[in-house]
Amino acid sequence: MAHRWTNDLTRADATPRALWLNRRQIMAGLAAGGAVGSALPAAAQAALEPNPIEDIRTYNNFYEFGTGKDDPARNADAMVIEPWSIEVDGLVDNPGTWSLADLMDGLTVEERIYRFRCVEAWSMVVPWNGVELADVLAKVGVNPEAKFVAFETVVQPENMPGVRRQVIPFPYVEGLRLDEAMHPLTILATGIYGEPMAKQNGAPIRLVVPWKYGFKSIKSIVRISLVEEEPPATWNIINPREYGFYSNVNPEVDHPRWSQATERRIGGGLFSPRQDTLMFNGYPEVASLYEGMDLAEFY
Amino acid sequence: MALADRINSLSRRLPTWPVYILVAAWVAWLFWLGLSGQLGPEPINTLERKYGLFALQLLVAGLAVTPLRTWTGVNLIRFRRAIGVSAFFVVLAHFSVWALLDVQRLGAIWADIVKRPYVTVGFLSFLLLIPLAMTSNTWSVRRLGPRWRQLHKLTYPALLLGGLHFWWLTKGWQWEPLLYLGGIVALLSLRIRLGARRRPTRARTV
Repeated sequence: MAHRWTNDLTRADATPRALWLNRRQIMAGLAAGGAVGSALPAAAQAALEPNPIEDIRTYNNFYEFGTGKDDPARNADAMVIEPWSIEVDGLVDNPGTWSLADLMDGLTVEERIYRFRCVEAWSMVVPWNGVELADVLAKVGVNPEAKFVAFETVVQPENMPGVRRQVIPFPYVEGLRLDEAMHPLTILATGIYGEPMAKQNGAPIRLVVPWKYGFKSIKSIVRISLVEEEPPATWNIINPREYGFYSNVNPEVDHPRWSQATERRIGGGLFSPRQDTLMFNGYPEVASLYEGMDLAEFY
Repeated sequence: MALADRINSLSRRLPTWPVYILVAAWVAWLFWLGLSGQLGPEPINTLERKYGLFALQLLVAGLAVTPLRTWTGVNLIRFRRAIGVSAFFVVLAHFSVWALLDVQRLGAIWADIVKRPYVTVGFLSFLLLIPLAMTSNTWSVRRLGPRWRQLHKLTYPALLLGGLHFWWLTKGWQWEPLLYLGGIVALLSLRIRLGARRRPTRARTV
């Protein structure tokens, strides 16, 4: 199982911790010294480089902890993630309450360096550690009638100031079509940079679907349901015109309030240039999932 | 009224120019924080938001000067020009960060203004403030006479559009922009009532 997909974004597996902690300074030094040189165009080369861990841990949308980008880093510490169990229900062979350890047992944790594109037109590159969702689904046994997978985020009102304020309806829910869920790019991530995931990033286990806008990649999952009908998705319920069920990254379909043609890589400083957004966030291998679909209609 | 009198006598002795200095220093300091990597990993967005919010706060403060005098007797009218002109300066900083650092391309700036309603109302608000900033000097007040008062009522639609701009750009049900919008509407409706009450007496005093 696993290793079905090969990274086009690479990082030396053995990068010492001290190095990735100081990656930005090192890269700046290398670039200044002209040590970075290859046949890749400048833009693609920039895309190869994961964001430093402090970017990934301090610029987050996790409305359970507040709407400010730095709120999750400030408030997420209160979330209780041990013990953690996931309710698996619906059209599966092995329903029930799975402990995180049981669910992960025997599965291959891989590093996946993915582009991460937020619907708000910013982006990062994140070196996730996780397992393919397909492997988890194989383990719980998907019934042939199942067409969609639904996910739910934990709700701990006493530990989550945003939940008490009801900025959006909670629990946060999301969903994927079964073929999207089974795609080898789709992972359940448990770590970043080889370390256990920080709570503000969706610890202890979250979805990562790199060709969709970030809000599809639901955090801190406590429930996975296999269902026949398209499940509800939080932002889609709040504003269906702005947030479609599919929400594939698409530079040609604008958000009603802003353009999706370009994005800004987080971490580039005050004069960071915008870069062109890529179709399916640069993962053209998923295009076949949507063959014959009008992506402007099913956005 | 003792407290109000004390505040008034104190404020009469204070110069108004520090308002300009403090606001300009704050704008510059925040820019420096962004430049030196102290505004988090996305300084452009942070700067844009902080400038925008402070501009709105200053505009609301300017609008609150008259009702404050009417209802509490505290008279800060001497500071209103400094507050208003500083507010425009911060709006200009907000607009510049958005146009030059955020959107970056001239074509895209125009496209956003035309296509995105929240940008449109924000830009309209900015346009309305330009003649106000240009006429916020003693020479213009004298030259325009009663028309100056009429012209400066443009602050009302400018503030409404500014509040709308803030509310429109947020996601979900956030209380902060609603609070500002509610405050602006409340201050404006106070003015309408004040105006209605004061009108008969104005003929005598002018």
